[in-house]
Order: sequence, then structure tokens, then C-alpha cells
Amino acid sequence: MTSAKRIGEVLLHAEGISLSFGGVRALTDISLEIREHEILAIIGPNGAGKTSMLNVINGFYHPQQGAITYKGATRRRMRPHQAAEQGIARTFQNVALFRGMTTLDNIMTGRLLRMRRNFLWQALYYGPALKEELEHREYAERIIDFLEIQAIRRTPVGQLPYGLQKRVELGRALAMQPELLLLDEPMAGMNVEEKEDMCRFILDVNDEFGTTIALIEHDMGVVMDISDRVAVLDYGRKIADGAPDAVRANQTVIDAYLGVAREA
Amino acid sequence: MATLYALFVDPFAQMWDNPEFLLEVVIGGLLSGVLYSLVALGYVLIYKASGVFNFAQGTMVLFAALTFSGCIDLHVPIWLSFIIVIAVMVVLAFGIERVVLRPLVNQEQIILFMATIGITYFLRGLGQIVWGGNVRTLDIGLPKAPMIIGGVLVNAFDLVSAAAAGSLVAILAVFFQKTAVGRALRAVADDHQAAQAVGIPLKTIWVIVWTTAGIVALVAGILWGTNLGVQFSIELVALKALPVLILGGFTSVPGAIVGGLIVGAGEKVAEVFWGPALGGAIEDWFAYMLALAFLLVRPQGLFGERIIERV
Amino acid sequence: MLYREAGQFKTSYVADQAIFPILQDRIFVALILAVAFVGIPVLAISAGAEAYWLGTIMVPLLAYALAAIGLNILTGYAGQVSLGTGGFMAVGAFAAYKLATAFPWLNVVLVFLLAGLVTAAVGIMFGFPSLRIKGFYLTVATLASQFFLIWLFNKVPWFTNYAPSGVINAPPRAVFSDIFVTGSEARPLAKYYFVLVIVTVLALAAKNLVRGRVGRAWMAIRDMDIAAEIIGIRPLQTKLLAFAVSSFYCGIAGALWAHVYTSSVEALAFDIDTSFTVLFMIIIGGLGSILGSFLGAAFITLLPLFLENVPPKLGLAISVNLVTNIQQIIFGALIVFFLIAEPRGLARLWQIGKEKLRLWPFPH
Repeated sequence: MTSAKRIGEVLLHAEGISLSFGGVRALTDISLEIREHEILAIIGPNGAGKTSMLNVINGFYHPQQGAITYKGATRRRMRPHQAAEQGIARTFQNVALFRGMTTLDNIMTGRLLRMRRNFLWQALYYGPALKEELEHREYAERIIDFLEIQAIRRTPVGQLPYGLQKRVELGRALAMQPELLLLDEPMAGMNVEEKEDMCRFILDVNDEFGTTIALIEHDMGVVMDISDRVAVLDYGRKIADGAPDAVRANQTVIDAYLGVAREA
Repeated sequence: MATLYALFVDPFAQMWDNPEFLLEVVIGGLLSGVLYSLVALGYVLIYKASGVFNFAQGTMVLFAALTFSGCIDLHVPIWLSFIIVIAVMVVLAFGIERVVLRPLVNQEQIILFMATIGITYFLRGLGQIVWGGNVRTLDIGLPKAPMIIGGVLVNAFDLVSAAAAGSLVAILAVFFQKTAVGRALRAVADDHQAAQAVGIPLKTIWVIVWTTAGIVALVAGILWGTNLGVQFSIELVALKALPVLILGGFTSVPGAIVGGLIVGAGEKVAEVFWGPALGGAIEDWFAYMLALAFLLVRPQGLFGERIIERV
Repeated sequence: MLYREAGQFKTSYVADQAIFPILQDRIFVALILAVAFVGIPVLAISAGAEAYWLGTIMVPLLAYALAAIGLNILTGYAGQVSLGTGGFMAVGAFAAYKLATAFPWLNVVLVFLLAGLVTAAVGIMFGFPSLRIKGFYLTVATLASQFFLIWLFNKVPWFTNYAPSGVINAPPRAVFSDIFVTGSEARPLAKYYFVLVIVTVLALAAKNLVRGRVGRAWMAIRDMDIAAEIIGIRPLQTKLLAFAVSSFYCGIAGALWAHVYTSSVEALAFDIDTSFTVLFMIIIGGLGSILGSFLGAAFITLLPLFLENVPPKLGLAISVNLVTNIQQIIFGALIVFFLIAEPRGLARLWQIGKEKLRLWPFPH
């Protein structure tokens, strides 16, 4: 079901990225490509630098060395809101939702980039501001339908169970209509059913909207199932990069991370 | 033109002409800075050990001073007054822990901060009801005579304050770094829940911390009270401890000292040399502006910890 | 049975997003407005106490409510705890004074609006540090603005038009050629309506702001400013907008306080205690709630009156000093109580009350 049919040109190219915090090297000389419309899985043991890599891509961390070329433009330092404006959205390991707000409001914040009416119109409410608000409300509702979270529309997200919070966070990222979606362990802490739902959503997003997706994931079953390519990180270095089957058979990867099935 | 001269040239000219005077002003400022440091120390203690920014520290200083001077006025001997006030502060610590801190455990910092503002008002009202609103003088025999040391005019009282503050700091430093209780305190400051998970008795720790802060408040109260008289303007002084904390960092004991000295000296110098050109009373806001300027350059203060936000 | 939304299905997003989606709420608000615009004045006049009720209770209450809305926008919605409210109110009061005296032909409404704009500009200036400075540090930085501004207005004689005594009176100004709202000729009724209209309009604008795009951006910054930035919210612009709007409201509130209520413009009226008072109003009334701003202002304005007037009726004579002190104790205790029991203040209690009312007479 994944296929080469729609995978396009290189959307994002990270070259020679090195990142340290004080004396700790988080990433060493990592080069990575993400092609348009593909689903790339980034795997590796804990502490390998996977989240740091995502943070570099969306401008949250600034690497000491290396550069990122996105949609043809090369830059090393970019602020997160610039990344958002360029079409990069992401979710976080520890769900970064706005806890004081409802599900609907959280998803609506994803539309903020596209809301242009200045605050004087907002103060008046009726008129152009309302029209814009309604347009975006419609889009948010489509996302709510897609993710099947209608019932919790008006629940403050702080009260939702973890699995649903992750789904709302996905919704907020989708509301930004991103070209590149970065997902950090989107299925952590979910049971089998929830994982299947999430996989379905991710595949649908990739299919229907052509969104390029890079996700960090520990569940190898999921990785093998849905990804087009897999990159493996270990101790801040990339040790493998290729099709899922090839990576699974790669001895270095097996030694570092996957392990071997023992005879019972 | 005259203003420019008065602002940028004249003060330095004065300093150059009369360096002994400058030295006196600086020393006077340093020594009053010691008093700021003492109040700041109370804040740091509580913040370091319970993560709570205790806005009520200033009022605690006042409350301790009021109770102390009230006892003295009732002809209770000094040593007994000391003990009584410490006992009162212990009771206060228990009360605050039980009524305010325990129900609010695990709430965000801002909520705890506002709760301490509530405590401030409560203590202020209570203090006034019990002891009345008049200014009280406090005299327990601390020397107040001016002295000349090395050609510079110094006040004996200031030297006593410095000595008192110095010893307190030394004792506290040892306490935090070397004792098991100190380690427990640092654990609690870092993470309440984790500390509970390893079995640290939160309640006891908090009572210890608030009592210690209470004792520091008492020392500060006695010194301030002797200097200014025991009155409610002490609270404004307490507010000035906030810029001190900014300069020194919220969690650093040496930072509180250094910050206090800088603020004290800076204020005095600014007032004496720049004050006349600007109409006086610069002391009202100088410390805060200094802190603001500092924050822009170094948001965590001189000695504070850099917060790295992880996502 | 009274308070039901059964049968009131929303068939459009517009209806769903209205301020008062439930019919009963709309009726209630209409009632409140009727009481405010008609009921209170009628009662006051018929009791012959309009100067007292309208002039010394309602006008300051409304002015405080406006300041509370301003602070709530900055602290409750945008999450920037500020202790500089008094300073900004002072800016508004003095700006209004300078404008009124420099341009005597300027309509008084414009004077106040322009004073608000001036305060907004000052607010933006003092808001710049908020990008680098967060949390308590920012609160202390706002103290810098508070102390500096009050010192400025005390020391620089230009602000008082070089008045020899340093005390300046608010110049008389009229709304419609002969209805005076400031100065000694102004009748309490005129003052009341003037302030009421301004506050109602501005409260409505504030409510519209906070339920739309701007409010969401503010709340996102408050809840998790890192995540907000990753969504694409520009932190500096959003925070500065919060400072600007908040200062605008506080400035007008200060101008109303000085010119319409006390009729004298002095920096002392806006010192650090005022900043704390307004902060308490929004804590008790409810952070992040426009309704809460009103409730908190009403509570704190009316409490001293209650303490002064009720005990004598119960036969207890309490001296003025004791009243003030008891007030402080009650404030302190209440703040702690609210933070423990209901951190979202009276507004939340109100909401809970409404929810119970929906179920009434069933218990759950």
C-alpha cells in the first residue's frame, strides 16, 4: 500500500548536522533526506538523538554545524514560528497541548497562522472577523470529524486521557495544513486499538493530503507496516537508512537496537 | 545642555574630586545592602527548599520585628524575647504549611506565589491588630556610634549588621551543603513529587524551611527595626529585596549577598551623585531599573541556574 | 426546570459561538443591563442618595472593573503577571489631564480614548522585556515600571502643568455641550451614565477579543509559550499586543478614576497598593474571565462598605482602624481560600452555580 507512486523530490535535506549541549554531543554529523509525500520513520534506542533531530528540523534547537535545505532554501538557524510559517508542523513526546483550552480551541489555534483579520475587527466581532472565524471553524470541524473526536469538542484537554490528548495534538498539527509533519512517538502509551486508529489516521493524512511525514516510533510492527523508509540513529549518529526490510536485516542495526529473536 | 552636563559629567567630576566621600557613600551603601541581603536570604531559603516564591517574607520580617519589640516593651528580657519570637515563627510556619501549602501542593508556582501574597495581607492585618499601628523604636543595645576607620566614616551599627549577616550565611551554607537535611531540602526544591516518592517527609521539610526563614526574618527585623524603627515602611524595603534576587538569582545564597551589596551600594551612589540632577528620590526606582537592565542581559541573574527548556 | 438548554439546538456555527448561547443567559444579561442602566439610578434617586450610591460607589466600582479587565487580559489571558497596573492607570490619568488642558476644545470622550492610546504606547515600551524575561522575573520587572512611573509623575512638574502646590484638579468637561461629566458642576447621574456606557462598550470589545483569534493566541502563550511558537504564533507581537490592550484599558480606567471620580489627578492614588488591589480583584473574581473582572471589582469595592455598615446594625461598634485591619485579614484569608478551593474565582463558582441550575431540581 505504500508505493513509489507518489514519492517526489527531496523536500528536506539535512547535511552534516552536529548538535551539542554544553559537553554533551546529541547529534554528530547527521545527514538525512526526506522526500515529498513519503513516510519516514526514525528509530533507535533511547537517547540516540531522535527528538533532538526533530527539534533541529523545526528550528527549536540550532545546530553548531550543518545546514538544512527545505524547499530549496538553505538555512542553519530558524525560529520555530518561521518553521511553522513554512509548513512544518509537529507533535511532541510529552503532549504539548494548551491545557487550559478545550479540544476545539486547541485545534483552532492550529489555524492561527492563517487568520489575518487584525484585532480591531476582532474587537467588533461581527463582520470580517466573524467570517474568517467561521471559515476556520469549518476546517477545524472537518479535522474533528476525521479524527473522530466530536464528543470531546468542548472538553478542556487537561481532563482527557493520554491517548485522546495525543489525538487532539495530531489534530492541532493537521489544522496547520502542513507540508511536513513531524510526529514524536505518536503512539506511545496507546493500546492496540488506539495504535491501529492512529496508523489509519497517519496513512489517511499521507494519502489524501499528500503530507510528508517523519515519525519517531518504537513499535517495530508499526514502523514496518506504514513507513516507506527508515532511518536509524544510535548515540547521535545515523547508522542505517533505507527501505524497512533492508534496515531490519542490517547487522549494525540489529546489534544496536533490534536484537535477535531467541529460540524459546 | 545643563542637564546633559549634570547627568554625564558632573557626577563623575564630583567623585574624582572627593574620593573619600565616594568611598564613604559606597561603604554606607554596601552596609545597607547587607540588610537587603538578609531579607533576600529569606526568600532564597524558601524558594530553594520548597520552590515557593514567598512574597510574604517582607511581612514576616515586619511581623517578627513587631513581636520582638512588643515583647521588649513588655519588659521581657532580650534573650527570652528572642526565644518567644522564634517560637511564634515556628507556630506560624506550622500554620502556613498546614493551611496554605499542603492544600496547594503540586499547583503551579504562580498559584503558590499568589497564596503568599494572601499571607502577606493576613499577617499585616493581624500584626496591626495585635500590636497597633504606631511606629515603635527598637533598642537592644546595638552600638550605633559612628567611627572612623582608616580615614573613612563608618557606623558601628553597620559593622554589626555585616557581621551578623556574614555568620548567618556561613551557617546556612554549611547547613545546605553538608547535612542530610540540607540535601533533602534541595531535593524538595527540585521536584516535590519525586521527593515524596523517595520518602522525604514534605511536611517536616517545609516546617523546617519556613522556621529557618522565620529566624532569618527575625534577625533582619531586629536590624532593620533598630535602624528605621519598626513600622510598615519596612515592607517597601522588603519589596526592594526582589531586585536583589534578580541580580543574585533566586536560588543562590551567595547571590543574595552579592546582589544585596550591589543594590545597596548602587542605590546610594545613584541617589547621592545623580539624585540632585533628577529631583531626588531616585532610590524609589533605581534598584528595579537596575534589575530590569540586568534581566535583559542575563535572565537568570548572576548566580542563578540557566533553565533549559526541554520539549 | 427554569434553566434548560433542551430544545435550543444550534444549527450554525455562528449560533454556537455566541457569547450567550442559551436563551436564559441572554435574558439574564438583559436583566443586568436593565438594572445597571435603569434600576440602580432609579433606586438611588428615589432614596435621595444619588451622590453616594452613584458617585462614590458605582463610579469607582466601574472604573476598577475596567482596570481589572485590563489586568485580566495581561495576566489572566496572556499569563504575564503584572504589578504595574497602578503605574499605567497613572499614565492614563495624567495623559488625560495634559490632553484636556492642552486642547480644551477636544471632546471629553476623545480625551479619554487618546489617553488610553498614550498608555498603550507606554505599555508596549515596558512590554518589550517580556520576550526575554518570564515568570516572576517579569513580575519584578513590572515593579520597575510601577515605581518609575509614579516617581516620574511626582517629580517632573511638566505633568502637573507646573502647579505650585502640586495638586491638580480635573478640568470640567461636558459630553453634550452642557452635560458635565468632570469637574464640580457634574451631576452624579451624568457621571454614572458616562462611565457606565464607556465600560460596557469596552467590556464588550474585550469579550470579543478574548473569544476570537487574539484571545486564543494569548491563552496559548499563557499555557505553553514554547508550543505556541511552534504553532506559528509570534511571541513578541502577541505579548506586546497584550501589553498594549491591557494598558489601554488600565489607562482609561485611571483617567476615569481621576477625572470623573476623585476630580483630582495625583500620582499617589495609583501607587503599588492599587496594583495589588487590582490583582486581588482578578484573583478573587477569576483569572481569564471578563465576568470575573466585574465580580472581583464589585467584591473588593463593596466589602469595606459591608464591614463599615453591617456590624453597627448588629450592635457591634468597630473602629475605623479595626475595619481596615480586619479587611486585610479577610482579603488575605479569602485569597488563600480561593486559590485552594476555586482557583478560577467567583466566575467559576458562578458557572458551577449555573450548571447546578441546569439540573435543578435533580441533584445530579
